[in-house]
Amino acid sequence: MRIIATVVAAALTVAIATTAQAFCGFYVARADTSLFNKASQVVLVRDENRTVITMANDFEGEVQDFAVVIPVPTLIEREQINVGDRAIVEHLDAYTAPRLVEYHDPDPCMRYERFKSSQDSAFPQAAMQESEIKAARSMGVTIEASYTVGEYDILILSAKESGGLIRWLQENDYKLPRGAAKVVDSYLKQDMHFFVAKVNLEEQSKLGYQYLRPLQVAYESNKFMLPIRLGTLNAKGKQELYVYALTRSGRVETTNYRTVKLPSDTEVPEFVQSEFSDFYRAMFDKQVQTENERAVFLEYAWDMGWCDPCAADPLSTQELRKLGVFWVGGAAGRSSVAPGQAQNVFVTRLHVRYDSEHFPEDLVFQETGDRQNYQGRYVIRHPWKGEASCDISSYQAEVRKRQEREAQTLANLTGWDVDDIRRKIPFPDDDSLPPKDPWWKRIWS
Amino acid sequence: MNIANRISSSLRDPRYYQIAVLSTLLIYGITVLDFGIHWQNALLIVATALVVQFAATIVTQLPRFDPLSPLITSLSLTLLLRTDMAKIAVLAASMAIGSKFLLRFRGKHIFNPANFALVALMLVSDHAWVSSGQWGSAAIGAFALACMGFLVLTRAKRAETTIAFILLYAALLFGRAIWLEDPFSIPLHQLQNGALLIFAFFMISDPKTTPNTGLGRVLYAGLVAGVAYTIQFIYYQPNGPILALIMCAPVVPMIDTLLHGRMYRWEQAADHKIGQIKGVF
Repeated sequence: MRIIATVVAAALTVAIATTAQAFCGFYVARADTSLFNKASQVVLVRDENRTVITMANDFEGEVQDFAVVIPVPTLIEREQINVGDRAIVEHLDAYTAPRLVEYHDPDPCMRYERFKSSQDSAFPQAAMQESEIKAARSMGVTIEASYTVGEYDILILSAKESGGLIRWLQENDYKLPRGAAKVVDSYLKQDMHFFVAKVNLEEQSKLGYQYLRPLQVAYESNKFMLPIRLGTLNAKGKQELYVYALTRSGRVETTNYRTVKLPSDTEVPEFVQSEFSDFYRAMFDKQVQTENERAVFLEYAWDMGWCDPCAADPLSTQELRKLGVFWVGGAAGRSSVAPGQAQNVFVTRLHVRYDSEHFPEDLVFQETGDRQNYQGRYVIRHPWKGEASCDISSYQAEVRKRQEREAQTLANLTGWDVDDIRRKIPFPDDDSLPPKDPWWKRIWS
Repeated sequence: MNIANRISSSLRDPRYYQIAVLSTLLIYGITVLDFGIHWQNALLIVATALVVQFAATIVTQLPRFDPLSPLITSLSLTLLLRTDMAKIAVLAASMAIGSKFLLRFRGKHIFNPANFALVALMLVSDHAWVSSGQWGSAAIGAFALACMGFLVLTRAKRAETTIAFILLYAALLFGRAIWLEDPFSIPLHQLQNGALLIFAFFMISDPKTTPNTGLGRVLYAGLVAGVAYTIQFIYYQPNGPILALIMCAPVVPMIDTLLHGRMYRWEQAADHKIGQIKGVF
């Protein structure tokens, strides 16, 4: 079995190498989620009605102030909650991040030179008191369960109406944004349940983590959605959200908002290499405006078995299982599939900038059968800078034309001023270009 | 004169408007919205639908080949069906037109052809799906779509199915928002959905698969709206209206039995005119 798997993987690699020659640039930079402030990341593993959600937050205050109230579609038990590994989410972020690739022009005087490339794919690789329970009950809130998972104290609540829940939360020192009662009430009527997670300082110091690890919840529900409405209440301005969906069959899209592919596979000027973050932010801002701030953007859609070019290695089977991809690996002894092998996992990375005005409703998703690969990929092409052993004036004219085209593209993508862009482009010396004839000489010649 | 009259009266057939509107939507969808329709698949669907209709016309010995109905079916199908496989596109068109000839009851086909193919393929294959959100929800776009669709329907003189469906579905969505104390921006956003409008104006409105009487059609539209709401907001499944239509289709013969009415013929408006002209001659 093992041998067959290896052969299949080898065949796949060959097929990729043959069909994807145009992709043989090497990876130089990626735009990961740290570019954007206030970004939260959610991994959604979904197959039929089973969901495993991993929520990574970028909380930067004192941990004792940290508490989250999370709506979930079903009542959950202790075993359905887990504390995940932040490094795996970071790896998934790196693997799916938009990327910049570079190509070097071959020597224009060498007629049969073969293009060589290398690929840098190395990725550094509480227990409740009885009196509290009674007090809660008097407010119409039932604390279904409370326990400590990792560094978190988890309380699973069920309530008939929001008033009691809100009062209970306030009395327990949870700060609630204005308007929360209505949203909580709406969720309760839709049979959603809530759990509260706060940091158990003692456990945290015992475990020795300096940051908050992501919370994971596994549940069965027809609802393939992400409740974002509570989040819009306390946010100052717009929020950035990344959703990584891991599915068996194909790309995931939103059914109640437009899912738009970001412009990709475009050539941009060389200087973008040192300003890739600025470029990506500006391009994203422009696209958000173009779609009237109402779209969800697709940044990556790919079979988890491979990548080209790789911003980071694909996730291993062990990492996928830790994220909740329950259909891979299986028994402990068989869970050692190396990166690059087919894993029957398709990853979709969605990026959304939202507020309550433009995203009034929670995000609802569906899994499609589309397995077409897509990545945010931007290309820089370095002109030949070596000694020329022949007349390269026509090559330089070509380069100049290309650079002008790249300047226009960049201006269109980012909204930057095209003259500012041109100033940053090292156009070939004008002296080396063929002298330009006046236009009238070309009319009748 | 005779030929000119015939042409002008045949243009009264509302299906020409439908084809024009659907084609405009399709071109807009492919060129401006970029919502994932492969133009090759669109061509395959249209061509297959015409070929199957032609073959079925010969086999069933129909008096003449009618290209309009398969064109409308294939355009609706193209606008709603997403697939990454050409053979699914061909299969969809074949099943849609085939169902018209094979699944019949008392001289009427039971299912809306495009609806039947969509649901059947979504059930059996992972490679067929409906991208209901891809139209975007800009209010102005929805308004434009609705106006164009309405024009089609007023020509078809059977707008009650669409109007009843939209009103009842909207009432359910607003009712839900009132019950949940949600802001009205939520039901408004849910209604500003291109796929929902295409469904309401071009699928449920199909006079061939709706009851023969006005009252029957309103009852039927209400039933579809209720079932669609149940699927979408109680069972939390996508594509509620499309699934609801196929589930409710078998009720049409029952409604027709209870409420007697005349069967719809696309050409009747045009025939009527021709009859008058003949009388003059």
